[in-house]
Amino acid sequence: MSNKIFAVVTLTVAIALAAVTQLIPNEYFFSAAYTVLLFVILATAWNILGGYTGYVNFGSAAFFAIGAYTTVFLYNAFKAPLPVGIVAGTLVAGLAGLGLGYLTLRLRGVFFAIASLALAVVLYIFVVNWDYVGGARGAYVLQPRDVPFGLPRYIHLIYAVQLVMAGFALVVARAIERSTLGRGLAAIRDDELAAECSGVPTLKLKILSTMASCALMGMAGTTFPYYLSYIEPSSAFSLSYAVNSIAMPLIGGMMSWMGPLIGAVLLGSVQQLVQVTVSSAWNLLIVGVLLVLFVTLAPNGIMGWVDAWRRRKGR
Amino acid sequence: MEVSWALLANAVIAGLLLGGFYAAMSVGISISFGMLDVVNIAHPAFIILGSYIAYIVNERFGFDPIVVSVAVSPLFFLLGMILYRIYYICFERRGQESLRGLAFFFGILFITEVALVLVFGVDYRMVSTRYGDVTWRLGPVDFPMRLVVPFLVSMVMVVGVQLFLTRTFFGRAVLAVAQDQLALRLMGVNPVRVKELAFALSIATAGVAGSFLIVIQPVQPAIGREFIGLVFAVCVLGGMGSILGTLLGAFVLGLAESFTSTFFGPSWAPAVSFGLLLATLAFRPSGILGR
Repeated sequence: MSNKIFAVVTLTVAIALAAVTQLIPNEYFFSAAYTVLLFVILATAWNILGGYTGYVNFGSAAFFAIGAYTTVFLYNAFKAPLPVGIVAGTLVAGLAGLGLGYLTLRLRGVFFAIASLALAVVLYIFVVNWDYVGGARGAYVLQPRDVPFGLPRYIHLIYAVQLVMAGFALVVARAIERSTLGRGLAAIRDDELAAECSGVPTLKLKILSTMASCALMGMAGTTFPYYLSYIEPSSAFSLSYAVNSIAMPLIGGMMSWMGPLIGAVLLGSVQQLVQVTVSSAWNLLIVGVLLVLFVTLAPNGIMGWVDAWRRRKGR
Repeated sequence: MEVSWALLANAVIAGLLLGGFYAAMSVGISISFGMLDVVNIAHPAFIILGSYIAYIVNERFGFDPIVVSVAVSPLFFLLGMILYRIYYICFERRGQESLRGLAFFFGILFITEVALVLVFGVDYRMVSTRYGDVTWRLGPVDFPMRLVVPFLVSMVMVVGVQLFLTRTFFGRAVLAVAQDQLALRLMGVNPVRVKELAFALSIATAGVAGSFLIVIQPVQPAIGREFIGLVFAVCVLGGMGSILGTLLGAFVLGLAESFTSTFFGPSWAPAVSFGLLLATLAFRPSGILGR
């Protein structure tokens, strides 16, 4: 399937799904689905750098929060509507990714990983001390009273927007995966020195994939302040975003765009169930344990099993 | 002016005392990350684990936390051996340490933190010691014992590790692993065994450093991740794999944090280590003493 057809199909399915599910009477469905979709975007975005290029980003929460706080800033400054926040948050997060990548991607991959973690903490402290966006107390972002498209409540809109954005993230990830850029990234992942020797502009490609990945993470965060109408630093910078966006691609499989999607939908839904039936601390423990189990015992994830099964059947 | 001089002197002393403690926290990372090339992001988790063990025994039996931590350090050593075995079998042997190995340690860090939250909750825990409330005064300068005692023991530990690495046969084997694993293999030494024991040593120092931490400040499970940047900053700042560099980096960081919290307010202090780390990585990745 070519990129264009895939894009049309995915976005049509996303919009149709968003329209049909509006009939679901249960209000809780929308907030649960919103969270799962948020993780679909984060996992897909993380995989562009982590799975395709082989560089670990521990700072997912930082870029997510950049997106969220850009929305808050624009809301406080100009009462900017949601679409402006989405575009601006995506761009700012992409620029932050450019900066981080430019400074640390020349070094070994480990340093990038540690620096991305460092960035998350520095930004957290920065936001805690920045009163204009609420500081440690948090900020309120009021949902507009009139919801467009005749939807009953704002969460319905946020959910639909997130669904379309998840479709968009998948389209971007698949396009990168199948382009020359994607092949260059795969070469870097398999052997960076050999790639450099064969004329692959490694630094440029790494920075490009970092930017794409971080921008999408920022995009996932832009709707977040509207989700609860309230945002505070420790929830926006929660370590669980970082853990989930690593665990989901690892569990699903990192080699193709489908892996993060499968991982995010599975793990995200399980977490929603556990959170409601048991407790949120247990749900984090489950993510951590699953991450360690998969990474040690099934390093290629669920898609790895599928591939092995296909190969056996083909033989 | 008189007051500000006292303030300055106090900031310097507090910074140096803190720096000594930072050296104890980071010496393990200098071994595992600097020498063995094992990126143990979970190092702070073991520090916090050490804090909690010291806390439990201190609360039950009233033993001194630092004595307790030294007594249980063989357990941490054993834990380190097991952890390295898993890491070696699952990642290092297959050449997957760069991505999956990192994710593995990140998972360990996360599991430890969440498990501690489940058992102890998110309350801050502290220990009672005989010297906890004592402060010596030398003119205008304070020497709080809750910083001085960990500082002294830290120095003993760091110097001990340095002597062990440079003066003993096994220590030199560790330094040799850091330089050339193939050469070591040609000499008939198994580098995996050397790395296993050296990694175990690094985890043991983390356990002991945990008891210093809970003597210095109250501890709750989530503060571990704040120290990730700190220990890596110290390690990179001083120059990878050099214990002397680690000591130097720790003092630089201690002073920087102490000055920041004195002159800009304590809420900015945690950003210092991460800021320094980012700056070092960007502008001088080989560190102060690096070649």
